[in-house]
Amino acid sequence: MMTEADVAAKVQERFGGRILAANAFRGQSVVTIAPKDLREVLLFLRDTLAFEWLIDVGGVDYLGYDDGPGKDEREWRFEVVYAMLSMANNVRFRVKVAVADESVTVPSVWDLWAIANWEEREVWDMYGIVFEHHPNLRRILCHDEFVGHALRKDYPITRRQKLSAPSENILCDRSEIA
Amino acid sequence: MGLETQVTSPFLATRMDEVINWGRKYSMWPMPFGTACCAIEFMGVVSSRFDISRFGAELVRFSPRQADLLLVMGTITQKQAPVLKQIYDQMPNPKWVLSMGACASTGGFYDNYTTVQGIDEIIPVDVYVAGCPPRPENVIGAVVKIMEKIDREKAADWR
Ligand code: SF4
Repeated sequence: MMTEADVAAKVQERFGGRILAANAFRGQSVVTIAPKDLREVLLFLRDTLAFEWLIDVGGVDYLGYDDGPGKDEREWRFEVVYAMLSMANNVRFRVKVAVADESVTVPSVWDLWAIANWEEREVWDMYGIVFEHHPNLRRILCHDEFVGHALRKDYPITRRQKLSAPSENILCDRSEIA
Repeated sequence: MGLETQVTSPFLATRMDEVINWGRKYSMWPMPFGTACCAIEFMGVVSSRFDISRFGAELVRFSPRQADLLLVMGTITQKQAPVLKQIYDQMPNPKWVLSMGACASTGGFYDNYTTVQGIDEIIPVDVYVAGCPPRPENVIGAVVKIMEKIDREKAADWR
């Protein structure tokens, strides 16, 4: 039986100094890495440790986040979180990618897991994090006339944006299926 | 609306309004625009326990062109707002709008970037129904309110 701590140890052993941070909370292990190592780490998890399923890709904006007394300023503002599941070993794992600011891009993994296509679009829509080599990086939840990124901490909470006409593709978006 | 424009005598016109309004109020054809949980409550309104057909408004149409009562039930997002507007515009006169629940009436607790803060930003509303979701009795009460409103109308108003 493989536990999350075992997975974290294996990832540490393989990537060592390239891991920016590793921690565990209530049995849930996380490693934080730089964008350039993302594909390599996820491929290692998928092909060597049998994490065949990418459950979710999410974003976090730490602008103004209070880490508590004695903690340093964060070095990066955003994180992209990849939640993985190995059905073969019945174990879960999370990989975080540190994104210093909006000028930093993250490699897309849509070719490794097709679901990443839509998940990355959501992260781009909500946080404005750009995924390199994404085939179709358009908004997925907000409408096409939306300006800015709604889940960033500096997006004004009362700012509303109207859509002037029904989206052309609202009923029939075939670009994904083709 | 056609016939009443042919009637020139004021006495006959008043009688005519009564007949037309009587017909309209007991045979409303609702177009349900259900987007969230309130639409589930609407199922209770139309089915046998509460039975909106007792008030003549049971013939639910899914084409706006065949309906005269627009029931907006649920959260309306900014992305959806133009669709709702288009559906309202497609309904022929005379038409009435019932806004069901906190979300449709005010945005409810979705006070954020994605939700329209009340459908009256987009289309005119005749009756608002409070509740999250409103009880079926409330919705039927609102339909009766619209009936009363129809009673006060003149056919010539809808032209
Ligand atoms: S008012 Fe309440 S029940 Fe109705 S759609 Fe909104 S959240 Fe759902």
